[in-house]
Amino acid sequence: MGYPENFRYTKEHEWVMVAGDTGTVGITHHAQSELGDIVYVDLPKPGTKMAQGASFGSVESVKAVSDIYAPVTGEIVEINETLATAPEKLNQEPHDGGWLVKVKLSSPEEIGKLLTAAEYQEYIGE
Amino acid sequence: MSLALELQKTPLNAVHRALGARMVDFGGWDMPVQYTGIIEEHHAVRRAVGLFDVSHMGEIEIRGPQAFDLVNYAATSAVGKMAIAQAQYAGLLYDHGGFVDDILIYKVSDGHYFLCVNASNQEKDYEHIASLQKEKGFECTVEFASPRYAQLAVQGPLAAAVVQELTPVDLKSIRYYRFADGQVMGVPARIARTGYTGEDCFELFVAPEQAEALWAKLLETGAQHGIKPCGLGARNTLRLEAGMALYGHEIGPTINPVEAGLLRNMDMNKDFHGKAAAVACVEKGPQRKLCGIEMVGRGIARDGYELSVDGAPAGWVTSGSPSPTLNKNIAMCYLPAAFADPGHSVQVLIRGQHVDAITVALPFYKRAK
Repeated sequence: MGYPENFRYTKEHEWVMVAGDTGTVGITHHAQSELGDIVYVDLPKPGTKMAQGASFGSVESVKAVSDIYAPVTGEIVEINETLATAPEKLNQEPHDGGWLVKVKLSSPEEIGKLLTAAEYQEYIGE
Repeated sequence: MSLALELQKTPLNAVHRALGARMVDFGGWDMPVQYTGIIEEHHAVRRAVGLFDVSHMGEIEIRGPQAFDLVNYAATSAVGKMAIAQAQYAGLLYDHGGFVDDILIYKVSDGHYFLCVNASNQEKDYEHIASLQKEKGFECTVEFASPRYAQLAVQGPLAAAVVQELTPVDLKSIRYYRFADGQVMGVPARIARTGYTGEDCFELFVAPEQAEALWAKLLETGAQHGIKPCGLGARNTLRLEAGMALYGHEIGPTINPVEAGLLRNMDMNKDFHGKAAAVACVEKGPQRKLCGIEMVGRGIARDGYELSVDGAPAGWVTSGSPSPTLNKNIAMCYLPAAFADPGHSVQVLIRGQHVDAITVALPFYKRAK
């Protein structure tokens, strides 16, 4: 699976796609593949603030719980409600239908600290 | 010098890697946790048949005129009631009544018992049994036999159909928890109708050098039956649904067999190592008991999570997971005896939140006979 050029990535395997002042956040194809069957996604309510590098939720596979870290700082404006009943979307469409939250960015300059698609793929060795 | 311990490998290690398995360190063994996905592998075992490499399990062989006396003293169960070619589940206990391990005893003959023990406990179990032999002076030998065996588990409603194609032994003649020594694919094998999934099951003990060819042949023969290679991830969800204990989770040195609900695997009419402590637990009644819970609120109870009743800490989760068969989140746990029967409301502390659950009877899943 490809890693979209217009996304930015973290070393903790999240991605963010920025459009205007809003970022859409998810976990990478590599992350979902490493986790295996995802069965549960725990996300905060809209209105919650998240800070770059801090955990803001978790995903659970059959085997284990993994924290999700915020790639950017901001306020969550929307969560992907379909994941409550269809967590497998994270395995099937990690880079589109399996997005986690939309965030109103408070420090857009943070994007510069993230990895490009090429840098991320080199980091994970793909 | 490296202080890192090298992971131990089964004879099928390269085969797992070639199949693209995700490998994990399981108690010091480099083992496949999954090939294609835990849920898919789990369903294969419940609906058709799955193949597991369980060669990491340990084997200890006890032979001699007093082999029975040693096994009967070391194990909690009624070894004297075993027929030849029968298997029996038992505990090995410390003096204080906690578990050294849980094991399967296979009676090969009056003077020969074959024990299958947990991978990560095999050296400890061997030392324990050998020291009991010395202490009691029983006339028998205790052999650490693990290097001489590979073990493949064929599990699921179609297990017999697959194995039967590879052996002249009539599998219908082997009942549950019985075994036969015969040939599979033309090589000597111990064919046991035992398992750890709650389904019909065969475990095949063969020489390590036969493992790779047998594995390949089972996959080839099983293809028409929908066989899938299955990893330890599915093995865990399957045994959890079946309410089977896992050492280090439901049982361990600080848990006694009465708490673990294994009274039926203790013969109180004989002497066995750790019996005095076990008797004391029976007389006093267990303070805590192993029981099942189902999540009512959203969330998954994971191993080690705290349980509370009416806001006060009450116990802990020993094994928890989503159940692919029941489509619920289930767990085994220890709770005070007063809350361990079905129907009690409890709360599981999941990342700082108390989430509702209800106690239920074990096992969670029982196959239709």
